[in-house]
Amino acid sequence: MEIRSREFKERAVFAIHDASLQQALGKAAYGFVGKRALQVAELPEFEQLREEAKNVKNHILEHLDHYLERYEQAVVAAGGQVHWARDGEEARRIILDICQRVNAKTVTKGKSMVSEEIDLNEALIEHGMEVVETDLGEYIIQLAKEPPSHIIAPAVHKTRDQVSDLFEKAHGGPRKTEVPELVDEARRVLRDKYFRADVGITGGNFLVAETGSSIIVTNEGNGDLTQTLARVHIVTSGIERVVPTLDDATLFLRLLARSATGQETETYTTISTGPRRPDDLDGPEEYHVVLLDNGRSKMLAGRFRDMLRCIRCGACMNHCPVYGAVGGHAYGWVYPGPMGSVLTPLIKGLDVAYDLPNACTLNGRCQAVCPVKIPLPELLRELRHLQHQQEIGPAMQRRALKAWQFVATRPKLYHAVEQVAVRVLSALARRGRIRRLPLASGWTDARDLPAPAGRTFLELWQGKRGQR
Amino acid sequence: MNPRDAILQSVRAALNRGPLDETQRGALDARLPQHTRPAQDEDPLARFVRKFESRAGTVARVADLAAVPAAVDAYRERQGLPPRAAIGAALRDLAWPAGWTIHHGPAGIDEALSVSPSLAGIAETGSLMLAAGPGSPTTHNFVPDDHVVVLEANRIVEHFEDAWTILRARPEGMPRATNIISGPSRTADVEQTIQLGAHGPRRVHVILVG
Repeated sequence: MEIRSREFKERAVFAIHDASLQQALGKAAYGFVGKRALQVAELPEFEQLREEAKNVKNHILEHLDHYLERYEQAVVAAGGQVHWARDGEEARRIILDICQRVNAKTVTKGKSMVSEEIDLNEALIEHGMEVVETDLGEYIIQLAKEPPSHIIAPAVHKTRDQVSDLFEKAHGGPRKTEVPELVDEARRVLRDKYFRADVGITGGNFLVAETGSSIIVTNEGNGDLTQTLARVHIVTSGIERVVPTLDDATLFLRLLARSATGQETETYTTISTGPRRPDDLDGPEEYHVVLLDNGRSKMLAGRFRDMLRCIRCGACMNHCPVYGAVGGHAYGWVYPGPMGSVLTPLIKGLDVAYDLPNACTLNGRCQAVCPVKIPLPELLRELRHLQHQQEIGPAMQRRALKAWQFVATRPKLYHAVEQVAVRVLSALARRGRIRRLPLASGWTDARDLPAPAGRTFLELWQGKRGQR
Repeated sequence: MNPRDAILQSVRAALNRGPLDETQRGALDARLPQHTRPAQDEDPLARFVRKFESRAGTVARVADLAAVPAAVDAYRERQGLPPRAAIGAALRDLAWPAGWTIHHGPAGIDEALSVSPSLAGIAETGSLMLAAGPGSPTTHNFVPDDHVVVLEANRIVEHFEDAWTILRARPEGMPRATNIISGPSRTADVEQTIQLGAHGPRRVHVILVG
């Protein structure tokens, strides 16, 4: 999708005033956060697993080349094919070539954030293929012609009423209004697509080097129908998703469902190893894996390596007060919330995603719930630092910071300025609050600024010392 | 340079080293992960049933394999289904009721009921492990509204790692598809409301044998 992160501020304001969105977000935050907390309380080993998961991911990243090569060998041994793509353009080309070679007309898709990252649907549709998202949430937003607003609950921003409207428009009446009726209708419509599909595309939560398998985790079973009924199965995955063994995958599986949806386990965990065997009665005739780099190997080099531990659970956004207020679309690209605010500038550029690292209160909830202990606030602060170094962002802000630096590194000057400032501010205050402040209307338009005490902390402190 | 080599080179450049030597690779291949397994203080069979039922799965217990067809028939009647089923060929030798129409092929779009064998039950989460093969087509696990799974009680293991040991011991190696199934298909994509039977089976019924 076209990146629109530059419009973060405008879209955030719009989102805050969108009553339907606020209604949907309110429900989601309550559900995800509460259910996760219950699951974590049920598992005394949870903290231990987080620590182990962090360490195993670090081990994998340290030896990523080896595990990728082992994985490739095992896929080939199982009769599958591995394709390597440096960027989105290469990945699209590979997938398009496979689809065209098998003369694909209908392509079904399980949920894949990588396919969003590489703008896959548009490319296939442009070449005359019917592309059908089968995850219910993805299906809803495909009908709405919108990008996902959450990495595991892509239609979390939609209310039931809006889904009713979309389904009525797409499937004809009578308009369904209850959740069971809506789910049934999607089931019926998509059933036919699975059976007609030529190519089925899924993501890969984990790629297992030991066995050459891809693992997907779903609740609906849509990914399984997608990959079982199509003639060709294509897995799209980032290079960082490889794990050495099934036992390592298990460590992450124990954390994934609990962190993501607050479930002990999802309904379906499927381990796919190669195409249909000679005596099999069903399953795809071809099995392909597209391994995408798209900036990941570069990320491995520096201080952002920690971000490659991400298992895409969405816990960080579920617990983020900023995401909770503005929803996923404001972030303007595929990955929203704290993990997106780190990934988007790294993949798409510090300048086009300027606002994202700055739209963070550094409250640290994301880091506290991250199953692989990614220090998200630190990474976001690091991005701000880089932006400043590279002189990206409002010139006014950089000048202000420079001025502050000049003052703050000269204690006498600092105290003098401070003494003036607190006196001016307390003179402006009425009953302890400042209702309007020139140059700070961004703050005072929406709320009052508490007035300072009239004297600086140092003055008060010295006063107290004098009393002793 | 082709994309594969370019990516591997970029990875190594980021790691500030060249390719690993044979000794290093051998050490990585010999690595045996020993991760924490959640403690269980419960009989595995009891735990399996409790966990599976907690996600809207149902369980019936019979004494031996010969009793399976009658148990499936009782389930079928309870659900008001016609006497038709897709039955995994691994179960073909059981004495299925004479009046039934059965087949062992892949599930068709209108398939209502299927019966599958399972490789293991995992007590940790109350999950079934099914292996694709000619005796157990994968479509049986996802297409019908009602999925009946036959699980022998002595195949219930404590943890996922134990289930992987079973997979590794298979002479034919990894199945093409290994399906870990923890209950009926579900979605919460409309307003976080849990709804069963999203795309896969609306009901999953385990017949526990022994």
